[in-house]
Amino acid sequence: MNPLPLNLLPPGADYAAVMPLLWAFAAAVLVLIAEMFWPYRSRRGVGWLTIAALLAIAVLGRAPSEAVYFGPIALDGFSGWCNGLLCLVAALSVLMSLDTLEVNGVTRGEYYPLLLFAVAGGMVMAAATDLVVMFLGLETMSMAVYVLAGMGKARRRSNEASLKYFLLGAFASAFMLYGIALLYSQAGSTDLAAMAGLAGEGGTSAVTRLGAALLLVGFGFKIAAVPFHLWAPDVYEGAPSPVTAFMATVVKAAAFAALLRSVLLAMPWVAGELQTPLWVAAAATMTVGNLAALRQRSLKRMLAFSSVAHTGYLAMAVVAGTSEAAAALLFYLAAYAAMNLGAFAVMMLLADRGRPAENISDLAGLGRARPLAALAMTVCMLSLTGIPPLGGFVAKVSLFGAVLDAGFYTLVVVAVLNSVLSAAYYLGVIRAMYFDDADSVAAGGASAASRVLPSRPALTVSILLAALAVVLIGLSPSPLLGSSLRALASVAGF
Amino acid sequence: MSELVFYLLAAITVLCALGVITRPNPVHSALFLVMTLFMLAVFYIILEAHLVAALQIIVYAGAVMVLFLFVITLLNLKGDPDEPAHPLLRIVAYAVAATLAAGVAIVLMGDAGVVPGGAGAGAVLAEGFGGTRALARILFTDYLVAFELTSVLLLVAVVGAVVLAQREPVAEAPLTETGEDA
Amino acid sequence: MVGPAHFMALSAALFFIGAAGVATRRNIVVIFMSVELMLNAANLAFVAVARGLGTMEGQVIVFFVMTLAAAEAAVGLAVILAMFRNRQTVDAGEISLLKW
Repeated sequence: MNPLPLNLLPPGADYAAVMPLLWAFAAAVLVLIAEMFWPYRSRRGVGWLTIAALLAIAVLGRAPSEAVYFGPIALDGFSGWCNGLLCLVAALSVLMSLDTLEVNGVTRGEYYPLLLFAVAGGMVMAAATDLVVMFLGLETMSMAVYVLAGMGKARRRSNEASLKYFLLGAFASAFMLYGIALLYSQAGSTDLAAMAGLAGEGGTSAVTRLGAALLLVGFGFKIAAVPFHLWAPDVYEGAPSPVTAFMATVVKAAAFAALLRSVLLAMPWVAGELQTPLWVAAAATMTVGNLAALRQRSLKRMLAFSSVAHTGYLAMAVVAGTSEAAAALLFYLAAYAAMNLGAFAVMMLLADRGRPAENISDLAGLGRARPLAALAMTVCMLSLTGIPPLGGFVAKVSLFGAVLDAGFYTLVVVAVLNSVLSAAYYLGVIRAMYFDDADSVAAGGASAASRVLPSRPALTVSILLAALAVVLIGLSPSPLLGSSLRALASVAGF
Repeated sequence: MSELVFYLLAAITVLCALGVITRPNPVHSALFLVMTLFMLAVFYIILEAHLVAALQIIVYAGAVMVLFLFVITLLNLKGDPDEPAHPLLRIVAYAVAATLAAGVAIVLMGDAGVVPGGAGAGAVLAEGFGGTRALARILFTDYLVAFELTSVLLLVAVVGAVVLAQREPVAEAPLTETGEDA
Repeated sequence: MVGPAHFMALSAALFFIGAAGVATRRNIVVIFMSVELMLNAANLAFVAVARGLGTMEGQVIVFFVMTLAAAEAAVGLAVILAMFRNRQTVDAGEISLLKW
């Protein structure tokens, strides 16, 4: 037998393709080491280092004009776009956590390196052109997030959130892995390039369909789609708020990016073969999410169900399966991340005797106590509802339009009805901020001013940045929309 | 290999797996799981995956299961038998699982060619198939990226396990805001 | 004649036994063991397909899954330990948030 070749690189490997990932992992390790030696009293310096690293990776992770490959890792327009989205959103979530980790019970500095590892795992998911590598990226991210969810170690809710997320996450991974095994048995490879060929003249084989279905079940858990959403409200509510904000935006975006590249683009037959179950799942996800959100008194839990509802809207793009719908999905992810982070940041502003205050009623009087934050919250809530001219409106119009073009009229009607329904609870938040003041004080409740954390510049800045992003995306959507279209066009073979 | 031997081994494996999910005592479950993992190592040898079989026993049946037993004894779960879920739920879950398993098994064993190799002997193997050298060759070339990723995965797991399992030094962990020089 | 298809069928049986275990058990450690059973079922499928195709890819994937399982076990048991410190229970039914 021949000795191993000296050059171990796969043929045609270009280091440029993995550089963004190497930077991300290097940053995570650097922050991990820095955190060890950083003096405890100025721990937030580690946070600033993390933000700087994320911004640097967002710049370094941009795609070259020509796509480059390193074995199963691709750096094309799509992964470049996702790198930017994941890093910028994560940077914003770190910015808002600088002031709020302590009050949420997170005392350990490993928060920052674990968050960076999760982002790096998400970048792998968006760049992988092989199901096994995508799966390993997903596991790297999930493993970090299991721990992040449990970082409020002294709090039972956080322990339970971590445990529940872990058990259901591992369960979902097992489904996904078995799906990959079945697809491997049919395609003879786990390479995404081999997956498109699985549909022969007579459609796909039963084993292929089962494999794809199990893969989708795994994704369904990760993005919290009905009927696999049951963990989401409890985990989102129990995890420390900065981690919840991260999970609802970065983790969801990474899962959708992987779903887009590994299923929507690589297995175009999925949309056809599994159309009915996907259709039902998307419609059920938005309806269940909105109906449950209506009943919530906890703002955090309401945002969790609202996140489920938005998963339903996003899943419509998977049903439609067209490239326009996929581009609209990318755009929606960006707009959704901005408005959701804004909402979480305003929620984090509230605290009651050193504990986070997370009920909608706690917002009472915020309009007077913190007019700027209340205005930002109003912008985010209106955007989540889909009121023009904000980012959420443009995102919904482009997504619903693309799904309409694909011929799914009933599904779009369901989505529009759901958006109307969602106005009820989003506007309820605005009412609480501006009109519930007198009632709550009369009833002996603490006034809003006492519930707002003392001056928190980083949190305030992040609230304003999120609201600004929502408005900017709404007023001039074309650059972002155009870049998401170009990102999709760059995926090889699509 | 004769069918009789296969079905005998398969029956033992399935019984052990059923033991994992039905025994009320978690220690018994863990030991049944070890048995199942051993049986899988036997199947790996039959399937010419020699290195994987060795790793299965060293890593899985050895290291991972020791971790499980360690936690069971640490938490003293022995005298804490697990009350089963509602009997109706159990029956429904078992029936659904059995139906799905039978359905998938029938599809997989149905027509020739559903699974590569089907019910035949499988492909003609190169010399050294399943050995360390053959596995290393592909591991460090085609799967180099995945291999490096697993190193990151392990690092994350180590950091995460330390963060969660380490006892918090009380003096160093101010829970109120006053502890921080805001 | 016994071929890869038989091993795949066995792996399907193990996979659904594991899934049934997750659905019916309340002890968290046992639920986790059931998940391990499901991962092992996938491993058997990978090895069987590798034998059928005569390529080593499936076996390399098993190598990664084993690493993953070890990492998952370390984190999972740390999560269970952290919760046990605060609650003294590993019964999923006892945990108010764990409703499924």
